[in-house]
Amino acid sequence: MEIAFLIEKVAVVVILFVVTLTIAAYSTLAERKIAAFLQDRVGPDRAGPFGVFQPLADGGKMFFKEETTPNGANKWLFIAGPSLALLTSFLGSAVLPWGQPIEIFGRIVPLQVADINVGILYIFGVVSLGVYGLMIGGWASNNKYSLMGAVRGASQNISYEIAMGLSIIALLLVTNSLSFKTIAEQQHGWHWNFLYQPFGFLIFLVCSFAETNRVPFDLPECETELIGGYNTEYSGFKMGAYMFSEYINMFVASAVMATLYFGGYNYPGMDFVNELLGPTWGPLIGVAVLFAKILAFIFFFMWVRWTVPRFRYDQLMNLGWKILIPLAIANIVITACVITIFDKL
Amino acid sequence: MESLSGRKKVLEQKPMNFWERIYLPAIFKGMGITFMHMFKKKETTFYPEEEREFSENWRGMHSLKRDENGKERCTACGLCALSCPAEAITMISAERQKGEEHLYREEKYASVYEINMLRCIFCGLCEEACPKEAIYLDGPIVPSEFLRKDFIYGKDKLVEISITELEAQKGVLS
Repeated sequence: MEIAFLIEKVAVVVILFVVTLTIAAYSTLAERKIAAFLQDRVGPDRAGPFGVFQPLADGGKMFFKEETTPNGANKWLFIAGPSLALLTSFLGSAVLPWGQPIEIFGRIVPLQVADINVGILYIFGVVSLGVYGLMIGGWASNNKYSLMGAVRGASQNISYEIAMGLSIIALLLVTNSLSFKTIAEQQHGWHWNFLYQPFGFLIFLVCSFAETNRVPFDLPECETELIGGYNTEYSGFKMGAYMFSEYINMFVASAVMATLYFGGYNYPGMDFVNELLGPTWGPLIGVAVLFAKILAFIFFFMWVRWTVPRFRYDQLMNLGWKILIPLAIANIVITACVITIFDKL
Repeated sequence: MESLSGRKKVLEQKPMNFWERIYLPAIFKGMGITFMHMFKKKETTFYPEEEREFSENWRGMHSLKRDENGKERCTACGLCALSCPAEAITMISAERQKGEEHLYREEKYASVYEINMLRCIFCGLCEEACPKEAIYLDGPIVPSEFLRKDFIYGKDKLVEISITELEAQKGVLS
């Protein structure tokens, strides 16, 4: 019994790890393809049909490039930066439910690595840890541009984490739970939280753009102002680790948004499908639906990247502190009032 | 002041209204525009497989011309090298010997004629400077190489193929 439990957990972890890596790798290709399509080009199409082997070629290139360390760099922190960035970006996916419990060989296997009852707090902790990788890397490079990028990244993440947390509080008033599993189960069928918290979702979306350092909030790594920002001095696989962690962050952020606001693995008519296909294939359809939502969000991230120009730094801070935080607080108050009134009725 | 040309336009700077200030409608409009571009015709030319059409006065690789009898036109006067702003052309002249009249049109010819294609900027001034109409930039794109020395083109690559050789090649083919 214990061994079976161990095997099923290890299997879930390994599958999740591989899927995350694959999606992150192919996000790099998707980004270039989407950028090309939005600009009337075709994008990379030489490595294999439609360029499907491009991530492998890129990875090989990264691997064989020379790794340089600047003279004045702090050697240990210079290595610790990208490692930490990669590590923290992987941690987030541990608490997300990827589907309903699935029946395999007579055992009910929950498609979640760890169902902790403070899952949302855990995600927030991991997300705030993510900035350390960026911060340490930028500081250890002994480069003024990198330091500027790191400082920008840190202040940006802190500012937007507040608004993000406040938008989540309004959601928690609706769900009454911090566990991702419970939140996902509550959204059964079409009871998606987006319908109850559209405004909170909008704030959360903007903040997650800022948290993942994506355009229009990619100030820590803007090339025109900071010649690359915190990763200016990085080359070879360390640079690859930073890039990879950015795409994994994007994947995890998409998964969190899909789970919190867009029903996770739930879809209209899921009970009917589950009865039709049985306890093994039914939940798998749910997993496919969840991944479709995640990929849609990733597309949205990229779509925005190739549409909207970057914010100026003071505009970024104005938006975060003077607009998003008051709006999020107003959202909490209104949500609380509405819930109280409905409870009294 | 009154504009004399009548073309002056005064930029109107109205304060933004509410929908402009919340910024999101503008973003969604822009995203709509970029999304429509996904379905437009792609501008890409797949270069090695298909070549773009060049304009008629396009300047490509140089060729040293022969006259109607298949003799080399170049007399190694050096005007092309002199006119070259990129210092890409060098040559060594030689005197025509007895029995070489069918090869070279005049008494002097270029025994070595080299163009460094990495230096060349394809401005066409050599073509304009040539009094003998011996050099023209009417070739294809200069192909890429791995070594710098391979970009120095000698007479073997530059001189136009002679009629007899052309016929010999055709004979081999047919």
